[in-house]
Amino acid sequence: MPEKITIDVMRSQLGRARGTGAAGSGVHHWYAERITSIALVPLTLWFIFAVLRLVGAPQEAVVEWAGHPVNATLLLALIGITFHHMQLGLQVVYEDYIKVKWLKDVTILGTKAAALLLGLLSSLAVLKMAMA
Amino acid sequence: MKDVRDALMVGHDSDGKLVRRPLSPHLQVYTPQLTSILSIMNRVTGIAISVGTLMMVWWLVAASQGPAAYATVSGFMRSPIGLFVLFGWTASLFYHFFGGIRHLTWDAGYGYDLPQTHASGWATVIATVVSTVLVWGAGLWMLRG
Repeated sequence: MPEKITIDVMRSQLGRARGTGAAGSGVHHWYAERITSIALVPLTLWFIFAVLRLVGAPQEAVVEWAGHPVNATLLLALIGITFHHMQLGLQVVYEDYIKVKWLKDVTILGTKAAALLLGLLSSLAVLKMAMA
Repeated sequence: MKDVRDALMVGHDSDGKLVRRPLSPHLQVYTPQLTSILSIMNRVTGIAISVGTLMMVWWLVAASQGPAAYATVSGFMRSPIGLFVLFGWTASLFYHFFGGIRHLTWDAGYGYDLPQTHASGWATVIATVVSTVLVWGAGLWMLRG
């Protein structure tokens, strides 16, 4: 049984696209993702080598390492940029695959909130070790 | 229909009746290629290392809390599940790292020829495997010595 098709939409493609955000703020999102990834290249390399030297080390050694001003600074930079890059990237994944608008919005905002809180939590841990 | 996206998919059949035109071929009809596989791998590894950041947060918080909390996270990381998660995190991180540099090169306008794209693709895979093996070799050696 073929369905009866009727069209009762008079909006143009342009009218549908205007004001939905992608045309206005996509460039900044794209750019921020690239800039953070450039920053993460040296920071990630530094982190891997630093953590590798701490394998099997006692807690005191980790505190001493993280408490060093240079290491604490680099850790805070790594944390902030990692979580920023992470939520930017995950947002695009949700935008591609989640079709229901409210669910997409809730997931994006939830991820941003989680990234912010996890970033603050780990920064606090670093600051505590730096101030110890 | 109310949505212009649906309306744009409507055509006429030979009787002049309105019909929904078929969608373009879907993902599963395409043969997997190096370029497409590596492209989706970049996204998959990005999601994996996002989950992996939870380990980093736990590790930092535990270290700041004291020896008991740190012993708990160390114990988890040395358990079979912990080692599996850490290994997946390391491999995904290296893939995303090298794949990301590959993408930045493209963003700068270089490496778009097909032979170059394939070469950089294989380089990404090889660099990932070599780095993961080297880091785990070094890590396991640290635990023994």
